[in-house]
Amino acid sequence: MTRRLTLAHLYPRELNIYGDTGNVLVLRKRLQWRGLDAEVVGIGVGDPLPAGTDILLGGGGQDAAQGEIGQDFVRRGAELRAMADDGVVMLTICGSYQLLGHHFLTKDGQKIEGVAVLDVVTTGSDQRLIGNNSIDTRWGRLVGFENHSGLTELGTGVEPLGRTEAGRGNNGSDQTEGAVRDNVFGSYLHGPVLAKSPAFADELLRRAFARRGSDAALEPLDDSLALAAADVAARRPR
Amino acid sequence: MDLLAIWLGKLTLLVLRTAGRRGTALPGLVVEKVFPRFLTRRLARLPLGVVVVSGTNGKTTTTKMVATILGQRYRVLTNDTGGNFVRGVLTSVVQQSSWLGRTPAEVAVLELDEAHAVRFCQVYQPERLLLLNVLRDQLDRFGEIDTTAQLLGKVAARTTGHVVVNRDDPRLVAVAAGLSVEVSYFGVAPALRAQFPTDEELYGGDQRLSELKASVELLSLELGVGTELTLRIADTEQSLTLRAEGAHNAQNAAGAAAVALTFGLDPATIAAGLRAVQPAFGRGQSFDLGGRRVVLQLVKNPAGFRQSLRTVTGLRPAATVIAINDDYADGRDLSWLWDVEFASVLQGNSGRLVTSGTRAADMAVRLHYDGLPVEQVDPDLGRAVQQAAATVAPGDTVVVFSTYTAMWQLHQVLSRLTGVAL
Repeated sequence: MTRRLTLAHLYPRELNIYGDTGNVLVLRKRLQWRGLDAEVVGIGVGDPLPAGTDILLGGGGQDAAQGEIGQDFVRRGAELRAMADDGVVMLTICGSYQLLGHHFLTKDGQKIEGVAVLDVVTTGSDQRLIGNNSIDTRWGRLVGFENHSGLTELGTGVEPLGRTEAGRGNNGSDQTEGAVRDNVFGSYLHGPVLAKSPAFADELLRRAFARRGSDAALEPLDDSLALAAADVAARRPR
Repeated sequence: MDLLAIWLGKLTLLVLRTAGRRGTALPGLVVEKVFPRFLTRRLARLPLGVVVVSGTNGKTTTTKMVATILGQRYRVLTNDTGGNFVRGVLTSVVQQSSWLGRTPAEVAVLELDEAHAVRFCQVYQPERLLLLNVLRDQLDRFGEIDTTAQLLGKVAARTTGHVVVNRDDPRLVAVAAGLSVEVSYFGVAPALRAQFPTDEELYGGDQRLSELKASVELLSLELGVGTELTLRIADTEQSLTLRAEGAHNAQNAAGAAAVALTFGLDPATIAAGLRAVQPAFGRGQSFDLGGRRVVLQLVKNPAGFRQSLRTVTGLRPAATVIAINDDYADGRDLSWLWDVEFASVLQGNSGRLVTSGTRAADMAVRLHYDGLPVEQVDPDLGRAVQQAAATVAPGDTVVVFSTYTAMWQLHQVLSRLTGVAL
């Protein structure tokens, strides 16, 4: 049985605001607390993706930083689409979620190509969708903080990750938040989202192990602190 | 006209005080509405003009340092009441003017955050500007760090006399490059640079040493009870102890000294001024609580938190309380707590760990994932601090890291418990 997962962390230097790096820490710790382990590989511009990548993680960044990594990311398009088809687990937040789509059309009409792993398109806007947000998903409630000006529309090739009642979600109009296709997840929830959504964190780990043929259940952990924090966060004003 | 404005402002202050309220914005707002040009006229009369202090971290303490140094020679008007916005400045002017309408000051030292500094400069072009740093702070308010740097660029472009810049912050050096007014720099010695990471370095970027010549340079630093440091001010070395805890305050002292040099003050006088600076609100203040020493450290963003955390290595507390609120003034988004690495500093140095504030549970989760056991999670700030103090021995130290609104609440609690007006 596989006891060690390979976590590839996209652009830790460029896409690193809003604490999304915390998602990497949450997954690694949840493995270690169970006597399992993770190898975390940071992927910078030009670095190869590890052949045995089990989980790919990406965060959000400054607009300028997204420009710096844009071309490098697009060059990886075919490889990333093959990985997604092969069931590699991906969790992308904010900027990296947008780049996983077909393209991002900026406010001034510039078209930034994505890698078309997710059937979504994003358009820049003058509004900023910002505030606490909690969404209902198949894996329970996910709690986080959204902060973006790009408006994302979902195509037919993806499902929404969840629905938002009080937040703005993908685009502020259709109440959807994030996108899912196979084992690929995109979301606007910072927080980092996995910190207060332990069931979802374990779902990602479970899928990664299942893809490697080990279906053993993950030992339960004491998540009372995380769930208490999620309860508090969900009650806070936007 | 101005006399009426001052009376109007003073009456508003009196009404607020009678109602038991602490107001830094309302008197300013009232005067601004009725006498929109009052502030400009008043500031234009100051013979030595206005110094604006801006940047992400350290504004309040640095403003206090500049005001204290200059205060040895001049009569200084400053907004040390925490109202770091234009209306707060107006309130300070009203407070510090007499009922006869005189503002007995020769120079103003004003703390302004990035956005308010831009607005202030549309009303008044300051003679001097001190730019401390640009770090990611409450991005939910300002958007992005590059936007923040652009705001400071606008302020610098409106400054008429002298701009003092942290040479170790590449975004600020870029701002200074385009200026036609006099520019001077402060900085830390290369050997100390690793202790003062820039925003890029905090997030894994390579360290880049500046080749710019600094008029004031931080040469050495020793953290403990008080912060011992050596500054090179112009051509002389000055050793001194700061009462405010923390390495960041030593860097701020270099910035304040560089501003004082532009007034022609001599290095010994500048050092004497720095020695006399009392810690500002929540910036390394300490209190006696039943024989235990409680040290308060305000935290607002990852860079500041990392710097403040390091004080535990000097203070060796028996308990550490981390109090996190998420009101507007704190920043609603707490994601940034995950950009601070706690384990390497707190492990073995923190004593008992307690979390508090509205987001006590969030903070406990953060520490849990860093492998640090939290012994108590109590959203009630007063209770958390009192219990933390009660569990340690007399003579021991409790360090409290706290966000802005939590710090106000703590001040009220500690004032009541210690009988000291804060």
